[in-house]
Amino acid sequence: MKAKKLTTPLTQGKALSLKAGDRVLLSGTVYTARDQAHKRMTETLIEGRDLTFIPPGATIYYAGPAPARPGRPIGSCGPTTSARMDAFAPALMAAGVRGMIGKGERGGNVVDAIKTFKGVYFAAAGGAGALLARRVKSARVVAYEDLGPEAVRELVVDDLPLIVAIDAHGNNLFERKKR
Amino acid sequence: MIRTVDAAKVSDTVAKLCVEANFKAPKDVVDALARALRAERSPLGKDILRTLRENIRIAAADKVAMCQDTGMAVVFLEVGQDLHVAGGALAKAVNAGVRKGYAEGYLRKSVVDPLTRANTGDNTPAIIHTEIVPGRLLRITVAPKGFGSENMSAIRMFNPTVSRDQVEEFVVGCVRDAGARPCPPTVVGVGIGGTFEHAALLAKKALLVPLGEKQARADLAAVERSLLAKINALGIGPGGLGGATTALAVRALAHPTHIAGLPVAVNICCHALRHASAVL
Repeated sequence: MKAKKLTTPLTQGKALSLKAGDRVLLSGTVYTARDQAHKRMTETLIEGRDLTFIPPGATIYYAGPAPARPGRPIGSCGPTTSARMDAFAPALMAAGVRGMIGKGERGGNVVDAIKTFKGVYFAAAGGAGALLARRVKSARVVAYEDLGPEAVRELVVDDLPLIVAIDAHGNNLFERKKR
Repeated sequence: MIRTVDAAKVSDTVAKLCVEANFKAPKDVVDALARALRAERSPLGKDILRTLRENIRIAAADKVAMCQDTGMAVVFLEVGQDLHVAGGALAKAVNAGVRKGYAEGYLRKSVVDPLTRANTGDNTPAIIHTEIVPGRLLRITVAPKGFGSENMSAIRMFNPTVSRDQVEEFVVGCVRDAGARPCPPTVVGVGIGGTFEHAALLAKKALLVPLGEKQARADLAAVERSLLAKINALGIGPGGLGGATTALAVRALAHPTHIAGLPVAVNICCHALRHASAVL
């Protein structure tokens, strides 16, 4: 099966066109965020403030990249375990996040939120950080610089290879494959 | 005759090993992935295995770490009892090496204070396991451990009357619960016996046994075979996307234990099984 080309920002229409199992090459802008950034972003939302650095329809990449060598945009840049962000993901989707990239299963609350907000969860190949780094064209910190590798970075990506794992219709690749 | 090794030499060696372990997959791992790709039937599973093999090639070509989680540095030292380390404390020298290796290799600094979560900034301190052995040599093994897989580890203190099936179900259950989180295909290290902390150390050391090496104990080899078959029947597959390759191998180590119990520890490692050794 040939990979579908997809560009950010993700719209509801684009999300609804994706099916669990689809191979996707994603181009555009994604935002790295992992554990501590999720905690802070959620606290900001609870306080009733907006997340100014993440535009509507944004895709979050659960990743904490390795530092870049001089002349390169980024170091090794693969996905981290998505399940650790499950508690925070629905609130972020309610605030406008539409796509998530990571590795591994999601909880029922996230599957429900993906259906409700017409989002999508992509699986990237866990452990393929060197390969995925080649698809990152630029990177800059946009929030929480003090978190070091856990800071929120805006990445411009070109043909990032992903698999649709949970689609907006509620199909879940991990559920189907489970015995 | 006491032999002397300079602490600076220890630091330089540790630094080199940190970089090597993160950039270069061991040959036994490369071979195991090739075998898995030949055997795997799931299309998405084959895709992931191909991607992982390509990733190993790119990491070496681009001088980029195979995985962005360049781990907490676990360092095993086998110190000959007729060896003297001069010019500084051994643990300090090891940590200086980790600091140097993680800076020079552009490796991620992932170590934080457990309470404040403040990053130490240089990936120290390393976790150092020191063993005094006969001889005049110093063997250093650096095994950077990522926490996607480390988080999926477990230990249980069984009753001594437990059946082998129950023990195996515990190990298989750990892998089942871990699902796609530890980046399957994994290597599953199992420590059987000893005490609470020794079983955990055995499980970690089991991950350092070369994949092709024959298990010395026939009964333990049978446990490894049985566990691998059960784990690969779970259907989790590469990347958790389905398939027959959930684990590349199960490696077990055993140690005598107490009449009242049976500690069993499971330490899961991702496919890359990063480690590098040198002898000084």
